[in-house]
Amino acid sequence: MLELIVISTLNGVQFGMLLFLLSSGLTLIFSMMGVLNFAHASFYMLGAFFGYQLTRWIGFWPALVVAPLLVGAVGMAVERYGLRNAHKHGHVAELLLTFGLAFAIEEIVSMIWGKSPVDYRVPAALDFPAFTIFSTNYPAYKIFILAVSAAVFVGLLIVLKATRVGLIVQAALTHPNMVGHLGHNVGRVFMLVFGVGSALAGLAGVIAGPSLVTQSDMAALLGPILFVVIVFGGLGSLPGAFVASLLIGLIQTFAVALNGSLASAFGPLDPSLGPSVVTDVWNVTIAQIAPILPYVLLVAILIVRPMGLLGTRET
Amino acid sequence: MNGAATDARRLRKEASASRLRFYGVWLAAGAALIVLPLIFSTGGALTAFSLIGIAGVFALSYNILLGQTGLLSFGHAVHYGLGAFAAVHAMNAIVSRGWPVPLPFVPLVGGIGGLAFAVAFGWLITKRAGTAFAMISLGIGELVASSSLILRSVFGGESGVTTDRTALPHIFGWSFGPQLQVYYLIAFWAMASAIAMYALTRTPFGRVCNAVRDNPERVEFIGYNPHVVRFLAYAFAGFFAGLAGGLAAINFEIANSAYLGASQSGYVLFAAFIGGTAHFFGPILGAVLVTFLQLKLSDVTAVWQLYFGVVFIGIVVFAPGGVAGLIMMHRPLVRTGTLTMVIPSYLAAAVPTLALALGVILSIETVARYTANQDQSNVINLLGVPFDATRPWTWGIAAILVVAGFLAARLSWRRVAEAWDRAAAVARSREQLA
Repeated sequence: MLELIVISTLNGVQFGMLLFLLSSGLTLIFSMMGVLNFAHASFYMLGAFFGYQLTRWIGFWPALVVAPLLVGAVGMAVERYGLRNAHKHGHVAELLLTFGLAFAIEEIVSMIWGKSPVDYRVPAALDFPAFTIFSTNYPAYKIFILAVSAAVFVGLLIVLKATRVGLIVQAALTHPNMVGHLGHNVGRVFMLVFGVGSALAGLAGVIAGPSLVTQSDMAALLGPILFVVIVFGGLGSLPGAFVASLLIGLIQTFAVALNGSLASAFGPLDPSLGPSVVTDVWNVTIAQIAPILPYVLLVAILIVRPMGLLGTRET
Repeated sequence: MNGAATDARRLRKEASASRLRFYGVWLAAGAALIVLPLIFSTGGALTAFSLIGIAGVFALSYNILLGQTGLLSFGHAVHYGLGAFAAVHAMNAIVSRGWPVPLPFVPLVGGIGGLAFAVAFGWLITKRAGTAFAMISLGIGELVASSSLILRSVFGGESGVTTDRTALPHIFGWSFGPQLQVYYLIAFWAMASAIAMYALTRTPFGRVCNAVRDNPERVEFIGYNPHVVRFLAYAFAGFFAGLAGGLAAINFEIANSAYLGASQSGYVLFAAFIGGTAHFFGPILGAVLVTFLQLKLSDVTAVWQLYFGVVFIGIVVFAPGGVAGLIMMHRPLVRTGTLTMVIPSYLAAAVPTLALALGVILSIETVARYTANQDQSNVINLLGVPFDATRPWTWGIAAILVVAGFLAARLSWRRVAEAWDRAAAVARSREQLA
């Protein structure tokens, strides 16, 4: 039991930090431009596939740097040539544009790399057990993921709180016009933030690709969870996104590891009742409901606190 | 005195003329629904018409949310799917219990299924508007879709629940075995729902919905609760989506978890938005277009869904009013006879735009064939001209078409905008004179 708790906590924190890599960029973009980037998970997928392709061409370590930069460039192009044009038609048009992009990117990826998973492996330098805990070998690559996401988290915090660029970004969040009057190019700040957010998503893709499955539906699988994270944490709140990422990462990891069901706790139902909704619910294991737990959390937070955990905005 | 009397008479005459035109449109639509299958009587055409009818109701129900109330939903298929499941279970129950309910009433059960979910969860979902609503609808959609795989006894797991529409009690001697009879059932309900949904937009409630879309704060000031309005709109949309789902269940004689899924929600959004959300008939146009493309395009190319995405992005960026918006833009020009002023610039813009479109198609197909498995042929047949995807000059032509087409199109569309402004100015002055 203790083994399960330790391992699941490690895995949960790692998944949560990965989620935060994505949700931080999404939240920054949202609070700055009011645009919820539906294609954010698609940038994550692009990162994974670029990482895979570049690893084959130039090796993993260069790919770790180049792939996020490429994704960031794609993101900046999307902001400059897509969103800026759609902006005059309102937020719905912007959201729909990113929705269409997410759809198109998935189709493009499955067109180029196919629909089945690609062979994106953990680099040899990191393919060893980092330590053994209660007879379980904990892979070094997962520690690497944890370290990278933690480093990005700290870096982001420092940039936002302690540098001039961060100051301008923070000011542009709340008073874009005033920042513009002070002589800063707000459009460029927006484009930069969008690029950095996309690059972070790309980085998450590059490092998560070998550990999870690199496939053309990975964006569609992760995207909805990502949106749950930022609604749960409170739209536009970076600390909220952090807490929600960790929470959902931990909950999902623990749920997957648990095999209990009502049937195993209280004994099987009388078989003469026949199959019904009750037997379905009675026999389902916690591991099986793991995929729907984030959405249950979403419903719960809506009942208790509609603006999200640490959110302040009404809409 | 005399002038006032003639003015009143003229107004009355105009009013009755517009009323005649209004009913004429609906009557013509009804007549077309009756006559269409007699003209195009092949099996494929009947199937297509049935699908369009279902998609039309579904897209119109979506527009109660997006177009009328300004709620962008990413989980509308939940109601559609639950309606389909309700209808399938109702049909099976009618057969096994021997209830005297004929098939044409089953879509109502579907509608009630969609409505039930909307009433049960709608209050929660519509708590917030805007972006938060979009995300919440997405989350709820995923919740229902994933739950449907767990509750196997109701949703039948991966394979779904099947039924037999001909086993229900017959009415007017119709067994609903042949597709033609099913088509007429769908056409009837499509027409009835369209009339009902149009009527809904003309009620005070429909107007308040528009107000909630445009300015919820002021709606609150005049004493309405926007949350209640959003909830009611959500319930109506849920009912009609469920009805569409019921029609789909009758048409396919099966309901499975794909009906509830994200891709179904995506398609209804595509249909409504491509058609145009600002006009009532927009989603119908969109449903026709999207269903037609879905049926035809998948025969021509393996990556047809990508074209969907590209068309959608194009509409969002260049024509957010959709096809209906583009059509309705020209109404004042037609009425004042200034349309001829813009047609030459349209023709001039058509050439580079077509080149750009061909370039994009050629690029997509080239990449698709180049990367696809070897079992697919590498030769692309574009307008009768064969292109080999492995040859470098194919790539060159595609690139030239895209770049040159884009540059020329941008120039020529600027000309269109100028011509348009001139025509609109003339149209305005003529309307003021009249």
